[in-house]
Amino acid sequence: MNVFAIKAIYMYEMKRFFRTLMESLLSPVISTSLYFVVFGAAIGSRIDQVEGITYGAFIVPGLIMLSVMTQATSNASFGIYFPKFIGTIFELLSAPVSFLEIVIGYVGAAATKALMIGIIILATAWFFVDIQIMHPFAMLAFLILTCLSFSLFGFIIGIWADNFQQLQLIPLLIITPLIFLGGSFYSITMLPPVWQTITLFNPVVYLISGFRWSFFGQADVPVGLSLLAIMGFTALCMALVWWIFKSGYKIKS
Amino acid sequence: MTQIVEITDLRKTYKGGFEALKGIDLTIQEGEILALLGPNGAGKTTLISMLCGITTPSGGSARVGGHDIVADYRAARSLIGLVPQEVALEPFEKVLNTIQFSRGVFGKPKDDALIERILRQLSLWDKRHARIRELSGGMKRRVLIAKALCHEPRVLFLDEPTAGVDVELRRDMWQIVEGLKADGVTIILTTHYIEEAEAIADRVGVINKGELLLVEDKSALMARMGRKSLRIDLREAVKTVPKNLAEYDLDLAKDNLSLTYNYDARGEGTGITRLLQALAKEGLQLRDLHTSQSSLEEIFVGLVNEEEDAA
Repeated sequence: MNVFAIKAIYMYEMKRFFRTLMESLLSPVISTSLYFVVFGAAIGSRIDQVEGITYGAFIVPGLIMLSVMTQATSNASFGIYFPKFIGTIFELLSAPVSFLEIVIGYVGAAATKALMIGIIILATAWFFVDIQIMHPFAMLAFLILTCLSFSLFGFIIGIWADNFQQLQLIPLLIITPLIFLGGSFYSITMLPPVWQTITLFNPVVYLISGFRWSFFGQADVPVGLSLLAIMGFTALCMALVWWIFKSGYKIKS
Repeated sequence: MTQIVEITDLRKTYKGGFEALKGIDLTIQEGEILALLGPNGAGKTTLISMLCGITTPSGGSARVGGHDIVADYRAARSLIGLVPQEVALEPFEKVLNTIQFSRGVFGKPKDDALIERILRQLSLWDKRHARIRELSGGMKRRVLIAKALCHEPRVLFLDEPTAGVDVELRRDMWQIVEGLKADGVTIILTTHYIEEAEAIADRVGVINKGELLLVEDKSALMARMGRKSLRIDLREAVKTVPKNLAEYDLDLAKDNLSLTYNYDARGEGTGITRLLQALAKEGLQLRDLHTSQSSLEEIFVGLVNEEEDAA
Protein backbone atom coordinates (compact mmCIF):
# COMPACT_ATOMS: atom_id res chain seq x y z
CA MET A 1 0.00 0.00 0.00
CA ASN A 2 1.43 3.36 -1.06
CA VAL A 3 0.41 5.29 2.05
CA PHE A 4 2.32 8.41 1.02
CA ALA A 5 0.32 8.54 -2.20
CA ILE A 6 -3.04 8.22 -0.42
CA LYS A 7 -1.97 10.93 1.98
CA ALA A 8 -0.73 13.16 -0.84
CA ILE A 9 -3.99 12.87 -2.79
CA TYR A 10 -6.14 13.25 0.30
CA MET A 11 -4.27 16.28 1.61
CA TYR A 12 -4.16 17.89 -1.82
CA GLU A 13 -7.92 17.59 -2.14
CA MET A 14 -8.51 18.80 1.40
CA LYS A 15 -6.27 21.80 0.74
CA ARG A 16 -8.50 22.74 -2.17
CA PHE A 17 -11.42 22.58 0.25
CA PHE A 18 -9.73 24.76 2.84
CA ARG A 19 -8.53 27.20 0.20
CA THR A 20 -12.16 27.87 -0.58
CA LEU A 21 -13.27 27.40 3.01
CA MET A 22 -15.66 30.31 3.04
CA GLU A 23 -17.45 29.18 -0.10
CA SER A 24 -17.32 25.57 0.98
CA LEU A 25 -18.87 26.10 4.39
CA LEU A 26 -20.71 29.35 4.19
CA SER A 27 -23.02 28.42 1.37
CA PRO A 28 -24.44 25.26 2.98
CA VAL A 29 -24.83 27.11 6.27
CA ILE A 30 -26.64 30.01 4.64
CA SER A 31 -28.89 27.84 2.51
CA THR A 32 -29.75 25.66 5.52
CA SER A 33 -30.60 28.73 7.56
CA LEU A 34 -32.84 29.90 4.75
CA TYR A 35 -34.64 26.56 4.71
CA PHE A 36 -35.23 26.87 8.43
CA VAL A 37 -36.50 30.40 8.14
CA VAL A 38 -38.81 29.55 5.24
CA PHE A 39 -39.95 26.01 6.03
CA GLY A 40 -39.36 25.90 9.74
CA ALA A 41 -40.55 29.29 10.89
CA ALA A 42 -42.73 30.76 8.16
CA ILE A 43 -44.49 27.76 6.64
CA GLY A 44 -43.78 25.31 9.43
CA SER A 45 -45.70 27.33 11.96
CA ARG A 46 -48.85 26.64 9.94
CA ILE A 47 -48.14 22.94 9.52
CA ASP A 48 -49.30 20.48 12.12
CA GLN A 49 -46.83 18.25 13.78
CA VAL A 50 -45.66 15.37 11.63
CA GLU A 51 -45.97 12.14 13.55
CA GLY A 52 -45.67 14.04 16.77
CA ILE A 53 -42.60 16.01 15.77
CA THR A 54 -42.63 19.73 15.04
CA TYR A 55 -42.17 20.40 11.35
CA GLY A 56 -39.02 22.46 11.96
CA ALA A 57 -37.35 19.51 13.67
CA PHE A 58 -38.81 17.00 11.25
CA ILE A 59 -37.00 18.49 8.26
CA VAL A 60 -33.56 18.53 9.95
CA PRO A 61 -32.49 15.02 8.89
CA GLY A 62 -33.81 15.61 5.37
CA LEU A 63 -31.93 18.89 5.08
CA ILE A 64 -28.69 17.33 6.25
CA MET A 65 -29.14 14.48 3.76
CA LEU A 66 -29.93 16.94 0.99
CA SER A 67 -26.68 18.85 1.54
CA VAL A 68 -24.53 15.82 2.20
CA MET A 69 -25.69 13.97 -0.89
CA THR A 70 -25.28 16.92 -3.24
CA GLN A 71 -21.97 18.02 -1.71
CA ALA A 72 -20.47 14.54 -1.74
CA THR A 73 -21.49 14.01 -5.35
CA SER A 74 -20.24 17.36 -6.61
CA ASN A 75 -17.00 17.32 -4.61
CA ALA A 76 -16.01 13.84 -5.70
CA SER A 77 -17.04 14.31 -9.32
CA PHE A 78 -15.15 17.57 -9.60
CA GLY A 79 -12.12 16.17 -7.76
CA ILE A 80 -11.44 13.51 -10.38
CA TYR A 81 -12.90 15.32 -13.37
CA PHE A 82 -10.61 18.33 -13.01
CA PRO A 83 -7.29 16.44 -13.41
CA LYS A 84 -8.85 14.66 -16.37
CA PHE A 85 -9.93 17.97 -17.86
CA ILE A 86 -6.59 19.78 -17.49
CA GLY A 87 -4.48 16.71 -18.19
CA THR A 88 -2.73 16.34 -14.85
CA ILE A 89 -4.17 12.84 -14.58
CA PHE A 90 -1.09 11.63 -16.47
CA GLU A 91 0.82 11.95 -13.23
CA LEU A 92 -1.56 9.69 -11.32
CA LEU A 93 -1.48 7.13 -14.10
CA SER A 94 2.30 7.14 -14.23
CA ALA A 95 2.76 7.01 -10.47
CA PRO A 96 3.31 3.77 -8.57
CA VAL A 97 -0.21 3.87 -7.15
CA SER A 98 -2.97 1.33 -7.44
CA PHE A 99 -6.45 2.37 -8.45
CA LEU A 100 -7.64 1.48 -4.98
CA GLU A 101 -5.27 4.07 -3.54
CA ILE A 102 -6.48 6.70 -5.97
CA VAL A 103 -10.08 5.98 -4.99
CA ILE A 104 -9.30 6.06 -1.28
CA GLY A 105 -7.58 9.43 -1.70
CA TYR A 106 -10.22 11.15 -3.78
CA VAL A 107 -13.34 9.54 -2.34
CA GLY A 108 -11.98 9.78 1.18
CA ALA A 109 -11.41 13.52 0.80
CA ALA A 110 -14.82 14.12 -0.77
CA ALA A 111 -16.54 12.08 1.92
CA THR A 112 -14.66 13.95 4.65
CA LYS A 113 -15.78 17.29 3.23
CA ALA A 114 -19.38 16.11 3.00
CA LEU A 115 -19.24 14.79 6.55
CA MET A 116 -17.92 18.11 7.83
CA ILE A 117 -20.68 19.95 6.03
CA GLY A 118 -23.28 17.56 7.44
CA ILE A 119 -22.06 18.13 10.97
CA ILE A 120 -21.97 21.90 10.48
CA ILE A 121 -25.56 21.87 9.24
CA LEU A 122 -26.60 19.80 12.23
CA ALA A 123 -24.92 22.38 14.47
CA THR A 124 -26.66 25.19 12.60
CA ALA A 125 -30.01 23.44 13.03
CA TRP A 126 -29.47 23.46 16.76
CA PHE A 127 -29.81 27.23 16.71
CA PHE A 128 -33.25 27.04 15.15
CA VAL A 129 -34.99 24.02 16.59
CA ASP A 130 -34.86 21.61 19.47
CA ILE A 131 -33.64 18.29 18.25
CA GLN A 132 -32.79 15.13 20.01
CA ILE A 133 -30.86 12.28 18.58
CA MET A 134 -32.24 8.99 19.83
CA HIS A 135 -29.67 6.76 18.16
CA PRO A 136 -26.48 8.80 17.78
CA PHE A 137 -24.35 5.90 16.61
CA ALA A 138 -26.88 4.86 13.99
CA MET A 139 -27.09 8.50 12.97
CA LEU A 140 -23.31 8.68 12.48
CA ALA A 141 -23.28 5.38 10.64
CA PHE A 142 -25.99 6.52 8.23
CA LEU A 143 -24.25 9.84 7.76
CA ILE A 144 -20.87 8.30 7.06
CA LEU A 145 -22.26 5.65 4.73
CA THR A 146 -24.17 8.32 2.81
CA CYS A 147 -21.06 10.49 2.50
CA LEU A 148 -19.08 7.50 1.32
CA SER A 149 -21.56 6.09 -1.16
CA PHE A 150 -22.42 9.42 -2.75
CA SER A 151 -18.73 10.31 -2.98
CA LEU A 152 -18.18 7.03 -4.82
CA PHE A 153 -21.14 7.87 -7.02
CA GLY A 154 -19.71 11.32 -7.70
CA PHE A 155 -16.34 9.78 -8.53
CA ILE A 156 -18.05 7.62 -11.15
CA ILE A 157 -19.76 10.66 -12.65
CA GLY A 158 -16.44 12.51 -12.72
CA ILE A 159 -14.80 9.66 -14.62
CA TRP A 160 -17.73 9.33 -17.00
CA ALA A 161 -18.20 13.03 -17.78
CA ASP A 162 -16.56 14.37 -20.91
CA ASN A 163 -17.40 18.00 -20.22
CA PHE A 164 -18.66 20.32 -17.52
CA GLN A 165 -22.26 20.05 -18.73
CA GLN A 166 -22.29 16.30 -18.20
CA LEU A 167 -20.71 16.84 -14.82
CA GLN A 168 -23.77 18.86 -13.78
CA LEU A 169 -26.30 16.75 -15.65
CA ILE A 170 -26.69 13.73 -13.38
CA PRO A 171 -26.80 15.68 -10.12
CA LEU A 172 -29.29 18.11 -11.56
CA LEU A 173 -31.46 15.65 -13.43
CA ILE A 174 -31.41 12.67 -11.10
CA ILE A 175 -29.96 13.34 -7.67
CA THR A 176 -31.78 16.57 -6.82
CA PRO A 177 -35.27 15.35 -7.89
CA LEU A 178 -34.74 12.02 -6.09
CA ILE A 179 -33.74 13.84 -2.93
CA PHE A 180 -36.67 16.26 -3.06
CA LEU A 181 -39.10 13.46 -3.81
CA GLY A 182 -37.41 11.21 -1.29
CA GLY A 183 -39.14 12.70 1.71
CA SER A 184 -36.64 15.35 2.73
CA PHE A 185 -39.47 17.70 3.62
CA TYR A 186 -42.37 15.35 4.21
CA SER A 187 -43.25 11.93 5.45
CA ILE A 188 -44.29 9.62 2.65
CA THR A 189 -47.39 8.78 4.66
CA MET A 190 -48.58 12.26 3.72
CA LEU A 191 -48.72 11.21 0.05
CA PRO A 192 -51.76 9.74 -1.74
CA PRO A 193 -51.66 5.89 -1.65
CA VAL A 194 -50.58 5.49 -5.28
CA TRP A 195 -47.63 7.82 -4.81
CA GLN A 196 -46.70 6.07 -1.60
CA THR A 197 -46.13 2.93 -3.67
CA ILE A 198 -44.33 4.72 -6.50
CA THR A 199 -42.05 6.54 -4.12
CA LEU A 200 -40.79 3.25 -2.73
CA PHE A 201 -38.82 2.87 -5.95
CA ASN A 202 -36.83 5.94 -5.04
CA PRO A 203 -33.70 4.70 -3.26
CA VAL A 204 -33.23 8.00 -1.48
CA VAL A 205 -36.45 7.37 0.48
CA TYR A 206 -34.72 4.56 2.36
CA LEU A 207 -31.69 6.69 3.19
CA ILE A 208 -33.68 9.63 4.49
CA SER A 209 -36.10 7.41 6.36
CA GLY A 210 -33.29 5.56 8.09
CA PHE A 211 -31.48 8.75 8.95
CA ARG A 212 -34.68 10.26 10.35
CA TRP A 213 -35.24 7.12 12.39
CA SER A 214 -31.88 7.65 14.10
CA PHE A 215 -33.16 11.05 15.23
CA PHE A 216 -36.76 10.39 16.17
CA GLY A 217 -37.14 6.64 16.25
CA GLN A 218 -39.79 6.81 13.55
CA ALA A 219 -39.41 5.70 9.98
CA ASP A 220 -41.40 5.39 6.78
CA VAL A 221 -39.75 2.10 5.99
CA PRO A 222 -38.22 -0.45 8.36
CA VAL A 223 -34.76 0.71 9.46
CA GLY A 224 -33.18 -2.62 8.53
CA LEU A 225 -34.33 -2.06 4.97
CA SER A 226 -32.78 1.41 5.05
CA LEU A 227 -29.47 -0.02 6.18
CA LEU A 228 -29.63 -2.66 3.47
CA ALA A 229 -30.40 0.01 0.87
CA ILE A 230 -27.47 2.23 1.77
CA MET A 231 -25.12 -0.72 1.95
CA GLY A 232 -26.43 -2.00 -1.36
CA PHE A 233 -25.88 1.38 -2.97
CA THR A 234 -22.34 1.57 -1.58
CA ALA A 235 -21.58 -1.92 -2.87
CA LEU A 236 -23.01 -1.08 -6.29
CA CYS A 237 -20.85 2.04 -6.55
CA MET A 238 -17.78 0.11 -5.41
CA ALA A 239 -18.41 -2.51 -8.06
CA LEU A 240 -18.74 0.17 -10.72
CA VAL A 241 -15.53 1.87 -9.61
CA TRP A 242 -13.78 -1.48 -9.64
CA TRP A 243 -14.98 -2.11 -13.19
CA ILE A 244 -13.91 1.37 -14.30
CA PHE A 245 -10.37 0.78 -13.17
CA LYS A 246 -10.25 -2.78 -14.39
CA SER A 247 -11.22 -1.67 -17.87
CA GLY A 248 -9.50 1.71 -17.81
CA TYR A 249 -12.82 3.21 -18.87
CA LYS A 250 -12.39 6.80 -20.09
CA ILE A 251 -9.03 7.25 -18.43
CA LYS A 252 -6.63 4.86 -20.07
CA SER A 253 -6.43 3.78 -23.69
CA MET B 1 26.86 -1.58 -17.75
CA THR B 2 23.48 -2.93 -16.83
CA GLN B 3 20.39 -2.75 -18.94
CA ILE B 4 17.85 -0.55 -17.25
CA VAL B 5 15.13 -0.60 -19.89
CA GLU B 6 14.41 -3.71 -21.92
CA ILE B 7 11.63 -3.49 -24.48
CA THR B 8 10.55 -6.64 -26.29
CA ASP B 9 8.18 -6.55 -29.24
CA LEU B 10 6.11 -3.81 -27.65
CA ARG B 11 2.96 -3.05 -29.65
CA LYS B 12 0.07 -0.68 -29.49
CA THR B 13 -3.08 -0.77 -31.56
CA TYR B 14 -5.63 1.85 -30.66
CA LYS B 15 -9.36 1.28 -30.76
CA GLY B 16 -10.38 1.78 -34.35
CA GLY B 17 -7.41 -0.25 -35.55
CA PHE B 18 -4.70 2.39 -35.76
CA GLU B 19 -1.37 0.66 -35.23
CA ALA B 20 0.71 3.20 -33.37
CA LEU B 21 3.61 0.88 -32.58
CA LYS B 22 4.44 -2.20 -34.61
CA GLY B 23 6.66 -4.18 -32.32
CA ILE B 24 9.54 -2.25 -30.81
CA ASP B 25 12.67 -3.96 -29.53
CA LEU B 26 15.05 -1.74 -27.68
CA THR B 27 17.52 -1.99 -24.85
CA ILE B 28 18.71 1.02 -22.95
CA GLN B 29 21.84 0.96 -20.81
CA GLU B 30 21.90 2.46 -17.37
CA GLY B 31 23.28 5.99 -17.39
CA GLU B 32 23.02 6.65 -21.09
CA ILE B 33 21.15 9.38 -22.90
CA LEU B 34 19.05 8.12 -25.75
CA ALA B 35 17.42 10.51 -28.18
CA LEU B 36 14.40 9.30 -30.10
CA LEU B 37 13.89 11.15 -33.32
CA GLY B 38 10.86 10.91 -35.52
CA PRO B 39 8.23 12.96 -37.28
CA ASN B 40 4.90 13.79 -35.65
CA GLY B 41 2.74 10.74 -35.16
CA ALA B 42 5.68 8.37 -35.42
CA GLY B 43 4.84 6.71 -32.12
CA LYS B 44 7.41 8.33 -29.83
CA THR B 45 4.88 9.53 -27.28
CA THR B 46 2.96 6.26 -27.45
CA LEU B 47 6.13 4.38 -26.61
CA ILE B 48 6.87 6.61 -23.65
CA SER B 49 3.24 6.53 -22.48
CA MET B 50 3.29 2.74 -22.39
CA LEU B 51 6.53 2.57 -20.46
CA CYS B 52 5.17 5.07 -17.95
CA GLY B 53 1.83 3.33 -17.51
CA ILE B 54 -0.41 5.95 -19.11
CA THR B 55 -1.31 3.69 -22.02
CA THR B 56 -1.83 -0.06 -21.86
CA PRO B 57 0.32 -2.10 -24.26
CA SER B 58 -1.54 -4.24 -26.81
CA GLY B 59 1.30 -6.74 -26.99
CA GLY B 60 4.87 -7.41 -26.06
CA SER B 61 6.52 -6.51 -22.81
CA ALA B 62 8.92 -4.11 -21.21
CA ARG B 63 10.99 -4.06 -18.07
CA VAL B 64 12.38 -1.10 -16.23
CA GLY B 65 15.12 -1.84 -13.75
CA GLY B 66 14.25 -5.52 -14.21
CA HIS B 67 10.61 -4.97 -13.21
CA ASP B 68 7.83 -5.73 -15.67
CA ILE B 69 5.89 -2.54 -16.38
CA VAL B 70 2.53 -4.30 -16.06
CA ALA B 71 2.95 -7.12 -13.56
CA ASP B 72 5.32 -5.23 -11.29
CA TYR B 73 4.19 -1.69 -12.11
CA ARG B 74 4.87 -0.26 -8.67
CA ALA B 75 8.55 -1.10 -8.69
CA ALA B 76 8.92 -0.13 -12.35
CA ARG B 77 7.12 3.18 -12.09
CA SER B 78 8.84 4.33 -8.92
CA LEU B 79 12.06 4.37 -10.95
CA ILE B 80 10.54 6.52 -13.70
CA GLY B 81 10.13 10.25 -14.04
CA LEU B 82 8.18 11.77 -16.90
CA VAL B 83 8.19 15.26 -18.33
CA PRO B 84 5.23 15.26 -20.69
CA GLN B 85 5.02 17.05 -23.98
CA GLU B 86 2.00 19.11 -23.06
CA VAL B 87 2.00 21.48 -20.13
CA ALA B 88 -0.59 19.99 -17.78
CA LEU B 89 -0.67 21.76 -14.43
CA GLU B 90 -3.39 22.86 -12.07
CA PRO B 91 -3.58 26.64 -12.63
CA PHE B 92 -4.65 27.64 -9.12
CA GLU B 93 -2.15 25.50 -7.28
CA LYS B 94 1.07 26.81 -5.78
CA VAL B 95 4.37 25.63 -7.21
CA LEU B 96 5.62 24.07 -3.99
CA ASN B 97 2.34 22.24 -3.32
CA THR B 98 2.17 20.66 -6.72
CA ILE B 99 5.75 19.43 -6.38
CA GLN B 100 5.17 18.00 -2.93
CA PHE B 101 2.10 16.28 -4.32
CA SER B 102 4.22 14.64 -7.01
CA ARG B 103 6.72 13.35 -4.48
CA GLY B 104 3.86 12.03 -2.37
CA VAL B 105 2.08 10.10 -5.11
CA PHE B 106 5.37 8.48 -5.98
CA GLY B 107 5.45 7.14 -2.47
CA LYS B 108 8.34 9.19 -1.15
CA PRO B 109 8.39 10.87 2.29
CA LYS B 110 8.77 14.62 2.54
CA ASP B 111 12.25 15.95 1.83
CA ASP B 112 12.36 19.72 1.94
CA ALA B 113 16.10 19.95 1.35
CA LEU B 114 15.88 17.94 -1.84
CA ILE B 115 12.96 19.94 -3.15
CA GLU B 116 14.75 23.18 -2.40
CA ARG B 117 17.82 21.94 -4.28
CA ILE B 118 15.74 20.99 -7.32
CA LEU B 119 13.81 24.25 -7.29
CA ARG B 120 17.00 26.29 -7.02
CA GLN B 121 18.60 24.34 -9.82
CA LEU B 122 15.61 25.15 -12.02
CA SER B 123 15.50 28.81 -10.92
CA LEU B 124 12.08 28.19 -9.41
CA TRP B 125 12.90 28.75 -5.76
CA ASP B 126 11.79 32.39 -5.81
CA LYS B 127 8.54 31.34 -7.41
CA ARG B 128 7.73 28.54 -5.00
CA HIS B 129 4.74 30.34 -3.52
CA ALA B 130 3.46 31.61 -6.86
CA ARG B 131 0.37 30.08 -8.40
CA ILE B 132 0.92 28.17 -11.61
CA ARG B 133 -1.23 30.50 -13.67
CA GLU B 134 1.03 33.43 -12.76
CA LEU B 135 4.02 31.73 -14.39
CA SER B 136 5.29 32.15 -17.91
CA GLY B 137 5.25 29.25 -20.34
CA GLY B 138 8.92 28.53 -19.80
CA MET B 139 8.50 28.57 -16.02
CA LYS B 140 5.61 26.11 -16.26
CA ARG B 141 7.84 23.78 -18.18
CA ARG B 142 10.41 24.07 -15.41
CA VAL B 143 7.72 23.12 -12.91
CA LEU B 144 6.98 20.00 -14.96
CA ILE B 145 10.65 19.09 -14.84
CA ALA B 146 10.76 19.70 -11.09
CA LYS B 147 7.72 17.45 -10.64
CA ALA B 148 9.46 14.69 -12.56
CA LEU B 149 12.71 15.06 -10.65
CA CYS B 150 11.34 15.46 -7.13
CA HIS B 151 10.89 11.73 -6.61
CA GLU B 152 14.45 10.94 -7.63
CA PRO B 153 13.85 8.84 -10.74
CA ARG B 154 16.53 6.54 -12.13
CA VAL B 155 15.05 6.76 -15.61
CA LEU B 156 13.82 10.10 -16.90
CA PHE B 157 11.63 10.47 -19.96
CA LEU B 158 11.63 13.87 -21.58
CA ASP B 159 8.94 14.09 -24.22
CA GLU B 160 9.81 16.99 -26.52
CA PRO B 161 11.34 18.90 -23.61
CA THR B 162 12.44 21.90 -25.61
CA ALA B 163 9.54 22.29 -28.01
CA GLY B 164 8.65 25.96 -27.93
CA VAL B 165 11.03 27.04 -25.19
CA ASP B 166 13.51 29.88 -25.38
CA VAL B 167 17.23 29.48 -25.87
CA GLU B 168 17.99 30.12 -22.22
CA LEU B 169 15.74 27.37 -20.96
CA ARG B 170 17.06 24.99 -23.58
CA ARG B 171 20.60 25.66 -22.34
CA ASP B 172 19.48 25.16 -18.73
CA MET B 173 17.78 21.97 -19.72
CA TRP B 174 20.88 20.58 -21.35
CA GLN B 175 22.85 21.50 -18.26
CA ILE B 176 20.35 19.71 -16.04
CA VAL B 177 20.50 16.68 -18.29
CA GLU B 178 24.27 16.65 -18.00
CA GLY B 179 24.03 16.91 -14.22
CA LEU B 180 21.57 14.03 -14.09
CA LYS B 181 23.77 11.94 -16.31
CA ALA B 182 26.65 12.58 -13.93
CA ASP B 183 24.42 11.20 -11.16
CA GLY B 184 23.86 8.10 -13.26
CA VAL B 185 20.29 8.83 -14.31
CA THR B 186 19.25 7.27 -17.59
CA ILE B 187 17.57 9.76 -19.91
CA ILE B 188 15.32 9.08 -22.86
CA LEU B 189 14.26 12.15 -24.77
CA THR B 190 12.18 12.61 -27.85
CA THR B 191 12.88 15.57 -30.00
CA HIS B 192 12.38 17.21 -33.32
CA TYR B 193 15.61 19.10 -33.02
CA ILE B 194 18.43 17.18 -34.54
CA GLU B 195 20.99 19.48 -32.97
CA GLU B 196 19.56 18.65 -29.57
CA ALA B 197 20.17 14.97 -30.17
CA GLU B 198 23.64 15.83 -31.42
CA ALA B 199 24.39 17.97 -28.41
CA ILE B 200 23.40 15.67 -25.58
CA ALA B 201 22.63 12.13 -26.69
CA ASP B 202 24.90 9.10 -26.45
CA ARG B 203 22.73 7.11 -28.80
CA VAL B 204 20.14 8.09 -31.33
CA GLY B 205 17.08 6.10 -32.34
CA VAL B 206 14.85 6.91 -35.27
CA ILE B 207 11.16 6.02 -35.15
CA ASN B 208 8.76 6.32 -38.02
CA LYS B 209 5.25 4.94 -38.46
CA GLY B 210 5.50 2.85 -35.35
CA GLU B 211 8.77 1.21 -36.22
CA LEU B 212 12.24 1.69 -34.85
CA LEU B 213 14.32 2.20 -37.97
CA LEU B 214 17.71 2.51 -36.35
CA VAL B 215 19.45 2.81 -33.03
CA GLU B 216 23.05 3.80 -33.23
CA ASP B 217 25.81 5.33 -31.17
CA LYS B 218 25.91 9.00 -31.83
CA SER B 219 29.63 8.78 -32.55
CA ALA B 220 28.98 6.22 -35.27
CA LEU B 221 26.33 8.49 -36.68
CA MET B 222 28.66 11.44 -36.40
CA ALA B 223 31.24 9.49 -38.32
CA ARG B 224 28.70 8.98 -41.05
CA MET B 225 27.85 12.62 -40.77
CA GLY B 226 31.51 13.54 -40.99
CA ARG B 227 31.59 11.90 -44.41
CA LYS B 228 31.76 14.34 -47.22
CA SER B 229 31.46 13.59 -50.85
CA LEU B 230 33.02 15.29 -53.84
CA ARG B 231 31.19 15.08 -57.12
CA ILE B 232 33.33 15.58 -60.16
CA ASP B 233 31.40 16.47 -63.32
CA LEU B 234 33.22 15.47 -66.48
CA ARG B 235 33.17 17.14 -69.89
CA GLU B 236 33.09 13.81 -71.68
CA ALA B 237 31.52 10.57 -70.60
CA VAL B 238 33.76 7.70 -69.49
CA LYS B 239 32.74 4.07 -69.76
CA THR B 240 34.47 2.88 -66.61
CA VAL B 241 36.49 4.33 -63.79
CA PRO B 242 40.09 4.41 -65.00
CA LYS B 243 42.20 1.69 -63.39
CA ASN B 244 44.74 4.13 -62.03
CA LEU B 245 42.02 5.69 -59.94
CA ALA B 246 40.92 2.43 -58.32
CA GLU B 247 42.43 3.31 -54.94
CA TYR B 248 40.00 6.23 -54.59
CA ASP B 249 36.96 3.96 -54.77
CA LEU B 250 35.06 6.31 -57.04
CA ASP B 251 31.40 5.84 -57.96
CA LEU B 252 30.48 6.42 -61.57
CA ALA B 253 27.09 7.99 -62.18
CA LYS B 254 24.57 6.31 -64.49
CA ASP B 255 25.04 8.94 -67.18
CA ASN B 256 28.80 8.25 -67.03
CA LEU B 257 29.33 11.98 -66.71
CA SER B 258 30.26 12.31 -63.05
CA LEU B 259 32.38 10.59 -60.45
CA THR B 260 31.77 10.70 -56.72
CA TYR B 261 34.55 10.53 -54.17
CA ASN B 262 33.72 9.94 -50.50
CA TYR B 263 36.15 11.12 -47.88
CA ASP B 264 36.40 11.91 -44.20
CA ALA B 265 36.50 15.65 -43.75
CA ARG B 266 37.77 15.33 -40.19
CA GLY B 267 40.86 13.38 -41.24
CA GLU B 268 44.30 14.85 -41.70
CA GLY B 269 44.55 14.23 -45.40
CA THR B 270 41.43 14.13 -47.49
CA GLY B 271 43.21 12.88 -50.58
CA ILE B 272 41.59 15.49 -52.76
CA THR B 273 44.80 17.00 -54.07
CA ARG B 274 46.17 13.60 -55.06
CA LEU B 275 42.90 12.66 -56.65
CA LEU B 276 42.75 15.81 -58.74
CA GLN B 277 46.35 15.29 -59.85
CA ALA B 278 45.55 11.71 -60.79
CA LEU B 279 42.51 12.87 -62.72
CA ALA B 280 44.66 15.33 -64.64
CA LYS B 281 47.18 12.58 -65.36
CA GLU B 282 44.39 10.46 -66.83
CA GLY B 283 43.61 13.40 -69.08
CA LEU B 284 40.04 13.79 -67.83
CA GLN B 285 38.52 17.21 -68.46
CA LEU B 286 36.59 18.57 -65.49
CA ARG B 287 33.46 20.61 -65.92
CA ASP B 288 32.57 21.29 -62.26
CA LEU B 289 33.17 20.19 -58.68
CA HIS B 290 30.61 19.90 -55.86
CA THR B 291 31.15 18.94 -52.26
CA SER B 292 28.38 17.96 -49.88
CA GLN B 293 28.16 16.80 -46.30
CA SER B 294 25.60 14.43 -44.88
CA SER B 295 24.03 15.57 -41.63
CA LEU B 296 22.06 13.70 -39.03
CA GLU B 297 19.07 15.45 -40.50
CA GLU B 298 19.81 14.01 -43.92
CA ILE B 299 20.34 10.56 -42.53
CA PHE B 300 17.07 10.95 -40.70
CA VAL B 301 15.12 12.28 -43.68
CA GLY B 302 16.73 9.64 -45.86
CA LEU B 303 15.61 6.86 -43.53
CA VAL B 304 12.10 8.21 -43.25
CA ASN B 305 11.79 8.64 -47.00
CA GLU B 306 13.16 5.19 -47.72
CA GLU B 307 10.46 3.88 -45.47
CA GLU B 308 7.83 5.83 -47.36
CA ASP B 309 9.11 4.69 -50.75
CA ALA B 310 8.99 1.11 -49.60
CA ALA B 311 5.40 1.46 -48.44
